Amino acid sequence: MHRFANPAEFNRLADRILPWAIAVMAISLVAGLYLALIGSPPDYQQGESVRIMYIHVPAAWMAMFTYMVMAGASFVAIVWRHPLAELAGKAAAPIGATFTALALITGSLWGKPMWGTYWQWDGRMTSVLVLFFLYLGYMAIWHGFDDEEKAGRAAAILALVGVANIPIIKFSVDWWNTLHQPASVFRMGGPTIADSMLWPLFIMATAFQAYFVVVFLWRMKLEINQRKLSVMNRAEVYG
Amino acid sequence: MSTPLSATFRAILMRDIRLAWSQGGTGTMALSFFMIAVTLFAFGVGPEPQVLARIAAGVIWVVALLACLLSLDRLYQADYEDGSLDDLALSPLGLTGVAAAKILAHWLATVVPLILIAPLLGMFMNLAPEGYGILLLSLLVGTPALSLIGSIGAALTVSVRRGGVLMALLVLPLYIPTLIFGVGAVDAAMGMVGSSANLALLGAVTLVALAIGPFASAAALRLALE
Repeated sequence: MHRFANPAEFNRLADRILPWAIAVMAISLVAGLYLALIGSPPDYQQGESVRIMYIHVPAAWMAMFTYMVMAGASFVAIVWRHPLAELAGKAAAPIGATFTALALITGSLWGKPMWGTYWQWDGRMTSVLVLFFLYLGYMAIWHGFDDEEKAGRAAAILALVGVANIPIIKFSVDWWNTLHQPASVFRMGGPTIADSMLWPLFIMATAFQAYFVVVFLWRMKLEINQRKLSVMNRAEVYG
Repeated sequence: MSTPLSATFRAILMRDIRLAWSQGGTGTMALSFFMIAVTLFAFGVGPEPQVLARIAAGVIWVVALLACLLSLDRLYQADYEDGSLDDLALSPLGLTGVAAAKILAHWLATVVPLILIAPLLGMFMNLAPEGYGILLLSLLVGTPALSLIGSIGAALTVSVRRGGVLMALLVLPLYIPTLIFGVGAVDAAMGMVGSSANLALLGAVTLVALAIGPFASAAALRLALE
């Protein structure tokens, strides 16, 4: 792992992965959107609004996944002082916040025709909203410090404390039996969704995952280059 | 000659309690804020007894939480600014022990008075008679989590100029479970459903906060002292 602490090494690896990730994203996004919007049947109860789910569910998965990436990176940053890990957290946070916002917005758009309300304070929605606030706090703390290195470690501590929210989100639908439906894909005894809807969902999830990889690597490279630039500027001023 | 750990702990604890209640300390300010802010709700919502009774527990919990947050702002900052935190870091307790002592002092000196005055505010808010016991119990079980979680935010922002707003942004999302279960316990008791589930969850939040709080605070303080 410390091999990739060398930014040049990391950049080379990122450049090797990026074309593949972009290709996967493009193909699965086109295929997934076609299947989700045209190629799959409308739901017998929800009608056409079931198509919101193909955006909503992958976005919600990615909201949690991105937080775990951020928390994992923060852990590595604190324990091993890995220089790129803090940047990984910083790069992931806005992507995660966007996914979380997307999940909340699509969920409320779906909720209006289905549940008759844009918003309900049920366990799942409340905990995802908290997740969104955690992302905001994490991003705010990066801007709170003048010293980038201190900001990174403070943000890492905050990210790790916030991990407590992830199991709450995952199990909220089991603990509070309120409005949001329980898990129907990753559950004991197999998924309860018909195959004709499961496939578009998985392809969309792949597209979202590939999108994350692409933007994440772009942002990592950006952060590294920005650091290089500031070091060079400083060298020019003081050198 | 070395002093035993418990004596050091007690010394920090007593020092912080005395500071909180000396002139300009946070104790009286938090208490005054608590009382004024609760009465603001009575003005804002209007004096209908039923409406006030319905929101009484929620308002008291939210305002207690905000009073706690406001007072936590200075938990480490004064010591950081005048350099005594550097001294405390060298004590045999370690920063974790120092953080634990300061958190306990904050809870005893600033939060317990809020709990003690809560019945009076419950009366202002026309709280139903069966709500008083459970309100006090839920505050007693839940507020330590507020001090513990808030201490992490206070430690993270100790070296940030004007860190108060940033601290609120960091800490408030983490306060939400405490608030939900605390108010849930009171509401359950007044709806005659039994509040033991909410109280148990509230206790769980406090215990998790106890397991994380002092260590995360110490890590954040170490960062500030570098």
